[in-house]
Amino acid sequence: MCGTCGCGGESPVPTAGGVDVELHARVMAHNDHAAEHNRAHFRAAGLTVINLMGSPGAGKTALLEATARARPGLRLAAVSGDLATDNDADRLAKAGIRSRSITTGTVCHLDAEMLHDALHHWSPGDAEVLVVENVGNLVCPAIFDLGQAANVVCLSVTEGDDKPLKYPVMFREADLVVITKADLLPYLPGASLEGLRASLAQVMPDPRCIVTSATGDEGTGEWLGWIDALRARTREGES
Amino acid sequence: MHEYSVACALLDQIEAAAHAHGVTAVKVVHLALGEQCGVEAGLLGGAFELARAGTVAADAELRIRPVPVRWVCPRCGGERPPGAPLVCPDDGAPARLEAGGEIILERLEMEV
Repeated sequence: MCGTCGCGGESPVPTAGGVDVELHARVMAHNDHAAEHNRAHFRAAGLTVINLMGSPGAGKTALLEATARARPGLRLAAVSGDLATDNDADRLAKAGIRSRSITTGTVCHLDAEMLHDALHHWSPGDAEVLVVENVGNLVCPAIFDLGQAANVVCLSVTEGDDKPLKYPVMFREADLVVITKADLLPYLPGASLEGLRASLAQVMPDPRCIVTSATGDEGTGEWLGWIDALRARTREGES
Repeated sequence: MHEYSVACALLDQIEAAAHAHGVTAVKVVHLALGEQCGVEAGLLGGAFELARAGTVAADAELRIRPVPVRWVCPRCGGERPPGAPLVCPDDGAPARLEAGGEIILERLEMEV
């Protein structure tokens, strides 16, 4: 048995001077195994973990600042993947969110082991929700499971209605898309919520989105309601 | 360029399989790559050439079999056409990705 999909692979067939081996092994199996290990830790700790992804400048950090502003009682912690700076973690700390950064250097995504190592050196304290703010990138983070309870993708209206069609893997993996900067729509003649929703419907099997504007706190209540529902589902999973 | 990370994960599996079968060199690596798996075949090929140095696959050829995307309604079994919404118009069920998302090491041709 190949041990990954139960297909019965890995039966060697001798050839002239060699051997052929059928493997049928998932190449991401090692990361996925580490992600399951993280998931078990999070479940045991009663921690709801969100993998927050999106382009650079989509508004990931601003969404977390707005979250803390709207509900100061939410025990929220964050880990930020950042190529070169601690800027995001500094902003989150100022917003009262317990946070640390993972400086990835040249690596364009976080993987399960990077998150695991970071959490061995830093505790999210008494947090009930941990947001992993991934490296700003609509491509690379999509295929790395971290052990999260849900994937959330921030998509700002300024990025264009067709972005989900250009980056289908990222949006396919999303449990929720948070459309950000909606207050800018009147200044963007080519952008519309209808256009964004139509694009999402082509790449997300269960297209869920929340329309937000962090400056006016539009949609923050709906976002907090979604977090509460996710938290309740995570608790059910624990019992 | 996450393809380098994927190439390293692939090489770890190749090395483990080679070790398990006591082989000295891997000649051909057969990989199934979904057209919506999040990995670019060309970039993965380049990353593989860099990462394979010093491994049992140092001279191996990477043969990639592209796998087309197939979304299917889990209720009625109908296939969703490209560019159409992924919720089935007949019964409202979210489609399931049947093929096209995979990165699978299918087969190794090795020298003993």
